[in-house]
Amino acid sequence: MANRTQTLEAPAAATTRKSASLWGDAFRRLLKNRLAVLGGIIVGFLLLVAIFGPMITPFDYRAQDLAGLAQFAADRHTTSQPIPPFVTGHFLGTDNLGRDLLSRLMDGARISMTVALVVQVVVIFIGVPVGAAAAWFGGRVDTLLMRFTDIIYAFPDLLFIILLSVALRETFVGRALDGLFVVFFAIGLTAWVGMARLVRGQLLSLKETEFVEAAQAIGVSDFKIITRHLLPNASGPMIVAITLGIPGAILAEATLAFIGIGAQEPRASWGSLVAQGQAYLRSEPHLVIFPALAVAIALISFTFLGDGLRDALDPKLKGKQ
Amino acid sequence: MGCGTRSIRSSRGSSNLTVKDDQSRAPGDPEFAELPEDVQISTEEGRKLATLLRDDRPHARKLLEVRNLSTQFNTREGVVHAVDDVSFELDYGETLGIVGESGCGKSVTALSLTRLVPNPPGKIASGEIIFDGVDLLKLTSNEMRLLRGKKIGFIFQDPMTSLNPTLPIGYQIAESARLHMGLSRSAADDRAAELLSKVGIPRAKDRLSDYPHQFSGGMRQRVMIAIALACDPMLLLADEPTTALDVTIQAQILDLIRSLSEEFGTAVILITHDLGIAAGMCNRINVMYAGRIVETGKVDDIFESPQMPYAWGLLDSLPRLDEVKGARLRTIEGLPPDLIEPGPECRFSPRCQYARDVCREQGPELSARAEEGHLARCFGTEPGGWIQ
Repeated sequence: MANRTQTLEAPAAATTRKSASLWGDAFRRLLKNRLAVLGGIIVGFLLLVAIFGPMITPFDYRAQDLAGLAQFAADRHTTSQPIPPFVTGHFLGTDNLGRDLLSRLMDGARISMTVALVVQVVVIFIGVPVGAAAAWFGGRVDTLLMRFTDIIYAFPDLLFIILLSVALRETFVGRALDGLFVVFFAIGLTAWVGMARLVRGQLLSLKETEFVEAAQAIGVSDFKIITRHLLPNASGPMIVAITLGIPGAILAEATLAFIGIGAQEPRASWGSLVAQGQAYLRSEPHLVIFPALAVAIALISFTFLGDGLRDALDPKLKGKQ
Repeated sequence: MGCGTRSIRSSRGSSNLTVKDDQSRAPGDPEFAELPEDVQISTEEGRKLATLLRDDRPHARKLLEVRNLSTQFNTREGVVHAVDDVSFELDYGETLGIVGESGCGKSVTALSLTRLVPNPPGKIASGEIIFDGVDLLKLTSNEMRLLRGKKIGFIFQDPMTSLNPTLPIGYQIAESARLHMGLSRSAADDRAAELLSKVGIPRAKDRLSDYPHQFSGGMRQRVMIAIALACDPMLLLADEPTTALDVTIQAQILDLIRSLSEEFGTAVILITHDLGIAAGMCNRINVMYAGRIVETGKVDDIFESPQMPYAWGLLDSLPRLDEVKGARLRTIEGLPPDLIEPGPECRFSPRCQYARDVCREQGPELSARAEEGHLARCFGTEPGGWIQ
């Protein structure tokens, strides 16, 4: 046998081939999807804006340019009112207090991107262990965890978040991150349910596979079988669920901000910007249009990216695109 | 046929796959923090196991003694007695074949030996499995983990599904070595490369980072063999290792298992429904039928003077070269019986053309035949029986 294989070895040694990983393949498929690439670029841009935007903008999002406001009113012979976009140094204009709208939108991007991140971290840290434990141990553990999940699922999300933020408003937790921490956390606490169900479903089918048995046969522990053998096999659907969960989280935060929960003045969430701009909807619609546009663009690009990822990571589509 | 006498465990020392225990041990390999030493040993058998894990020497008279093993599955229809009162022994370095039709308890026997029977619904109801002097059924599940992979390697039937598609094969081979020998990542990778070239995969070092989908079926089975042999086990369980492969590859894989087991002095339990394979590989054969051993003996004895009509049937159903052209393949009529609450009768009697009333009233026990170590479960071929 040994001799036979050595003769085989000689000619093959001359050629080397780059190892094609599963992720490499998926990434190539993703790049072929134009909408997903567009979504990815916008998401990247939003992230850059969220991180660096507030650093480079000449106007602080809190600063009132009262002189500019008075100057503008004097020029136009009107009473004090929000500066419209594209006419003065304030590119997207100001609100009625003379605060630069673009700067406020950038700060809003910070809030929205942080929501995207924090909520999904909470989702992963609660949803994945719950789903994995339910699937792996089965029986009573499964029943208990999944009924608990059902209860959370059945509870009205917004009501829960509102109750939680109101209850914690005056506490240390409630004040953390300008009151945003409670909102992030509460959204995460209601959003992990889908992830738990997804992970459970994936692992239930994966745990019957032979490679799990093979791993047990070499003495791998339960914990490592779940983390090294099962979860990586479920990572495709999990990544998709996370990406597609982000728009929901951003929207939830914006909705809450619109009704006055979460970011408190002078912080400017996109949702609260829309709420404030409402009063000037007739005369100065830009105060509503730009924040609403920001929300819409963020949602659409995350959704495009998520859809693209779903197609790219779906093993059934392999080689068909 | 026949493999003559095997060199017993003494050959293990000369293996060129020896591991330098002291230099390559990584005390703080973070990913494999739970090194075998950290597992709580809580039972008497566990302490015996701990001494056994320290070296490669034999610690008992036989490598494996299975006594009255019964494995059952609880189903809605009732309790299935998949393995029913099975006893056998295995010497160090010996190759034992377990043959029989589908569904007669071969695989469940192998799974029982490593306590991998899915529970629920299955459970090992009774019996003893003495591996190198340690009763496996008395170990805790954590202690059992120390043994799996380290002392017992397992080759599964279907190499296409037995490898994790998301992990490079180098990791999967090295996993066992890191787990049981406490090797550092790089030392384990070296060993994986060594094993991979040992099982005949060219450019082994370059292929460690390849994923299972980049290998053909035969190549994957070679990888599975490399994984099973990663820690130089004393026993290799091969559960129909060639069933999922095409015939030309089958011979290569069997050659490989035989040459490696001879080189390392590894005992092998080969599970197959192909008597031809068993004849070429094994020292002894257990013929199983309906959850029981119906005949056991040296391979030559079984082939030259089978003592049980079921074994005749299996032998007869092998296609032969001197066959008349166009002749039908011979089969054993009927199906194996339902193993839910079987009665006392001989379980083969419904399909046996020699069966008499006595077979249907009370089943025979395994009884000795002319050759040494040759036992069969049949009234007809017992001394004074009606079948000659």
